[in-house]
Amino acid sequence: MAKKIYVDVILQHSKEGQIRPLAIVWANGVKYTIDKITQITRAASTIAGGTGIRYTCYIQGQARYLFLEEDRWFIESKGQGA
Amino acid sequence: MDRVILHCDLNSFYASVECLHHPEYRNVPMAVGGDVEKRHGIILAKNQLAKKAGVTTGEALWQALQKCPDLILVKPNFSHYLRFSRMVRAIYADYSDKIESFGIDEVWIDVTESIHLFGTPRALADAIRERVKLELGVTISVGVSFNKVFAKLGSDYKKPDATTEITRENMKEIVWPLPIEDLLYVGRATTQKLHLLGIYTIGDCATTEVAVLKRRLGKWGEVLWRFANGEENSVVSVQHYEPLVKSIGNSTTCPRDLRSLQDVKIVTYILAESVAARLKEAHLMASVISIGVRDIHLKGFTRQIKLSQATHLSDDIAHAAMGLFDKNVDFTTPLRSIGVKASDLSVIELPIQLDLFTDQVAHQRALNLENTIDVIRERYGFNSVQRLMMKEDPLLSQFNPKQDHVIFPESYFKG
Repeated sequence: MAKKIYVDVILQHSKEGQIRPLAIVWANGVKYTIDKITQITRAASTIAGGTGIRYTCYIQGQARYLFLEEDRWFIESKGQGA
Repeated sequence: MDRVILHCDLNSFYASVECLHHPEYRNVPMAVGGDVEKRHGIILAKNQLAKKAGVTTGEALWQALQKCPDLILVKPNFSHYLRFSRMVRAIYADYSDKIESFGIDEVWIDVTESIHLFGTPRALADAIRERVKLELGVTISVGVSFNKVFAKLGSDYKKPDATTEITRENMKEIVWPLPIEDLLYVGRATTQKLHLLGIYTIGDCATTEVAVLKRRLGKWGEVLWRFANGEENSVVSVQHYEPLVKSIGNSTTCPRDLRSLQDVKIVTYILAESVAARLKEAHLMASVISIGVRDIHLKGFTRQIKLSQATHLSDDIAHAAMGLFDKNVDFTTPLRSIGVKASDLSVIELPIQLDLFTDQVAHQRALNLENTIDVIRERYGFNSVQRLMMKEDPLLSQFNPKQDHVIFPESYFKG
């Protein structure tokens, strides 16, 4: 079953006040760089159960949703666990 | 030109929010409700599966469990719901500035002036519905009409996640066959009176002579007649920013039923102390005190009284509330929950008109005493100082009302 996994995220705060996630840090310490962000929108995650601002990120060539819910970041896991 | 008014209603709001956050609840019957042990136990909202099993909003938890033994009960998480309510409002605000809340999960939106940007009223309603579903993961039902009352009927007509349009052309087919109790502000008592007149549907009401309704119901008769005929024209109030506090109230479901005025007194004083403390915290005084009562059959009413002088003293509030209880409650049916509310608020800094017959020195002393008690309670806890009467029934007096204050729906008729 899909799970909601909170992750550490490395952020860049621009001088205009925008934030942009640069990388996700997995629980085992491995850092995954976000190569590209193609969409930023408000959206609910019905899979993981939550809502917030959804970033469509490309990590190692794969699209992945990263959600900012209030002040925490989460991803939708497809069951393989963190 | 007719106005375009939407009424948006979040479907099974509390249950939907819980189901969104807990995917495991989605395929089982679940309901949001209070605490079984402390008897704060009624169903506040339920999901579709629980609804199919016959669970209804407002019934006691044990009744619901009898109908549906597998029912999953979840404790309410109000801060969550308030956050969602705010986020939904932010979406509505993209379409109009005329948004009027009716409780935590319903609003009216007047889109008359912005409709030309978005096409037809139905297209706009569907667009809002899609956005709420996509962005927040909960659903709304929307009623579209030319007045507020019909818009509300529209959002109730088909749910969840649906749009119903009521126009002058189709109102006789859609609205008129509905039972009269579906109309806003037709409660139990009014329904009975109308049934006596042979009025069972909204259409019956609309086609009855106004004079007949007025004779039986007073000026309400005319109001209802206008409602039924679609001639309601109250405006959707513009809210540029969050409105200030309109009332401060506390209510509680008691650990045991209240059977006498003495029982009520204990609870009332606790509630009054909490209301007074919160008034003082907000630098406010109240001129109107009201009580709310709900008996063991969950039937209830409210009564209010206007004070000669605004107050924020717990003694004054409790005294006014006890007067109302004494006059209006006869205890033939024991009470399950009661509430005390202060409204018609003014700021403390406003000059007060003194009168010759009030002992101002005593008043000031009482105020000093209460302020001191508030400080002690803040430092050492709510129960560090108590009135002696609380010792008469420790069971009834063992709650801290400041923790569970209620959200009263706003009044439909302003002022």
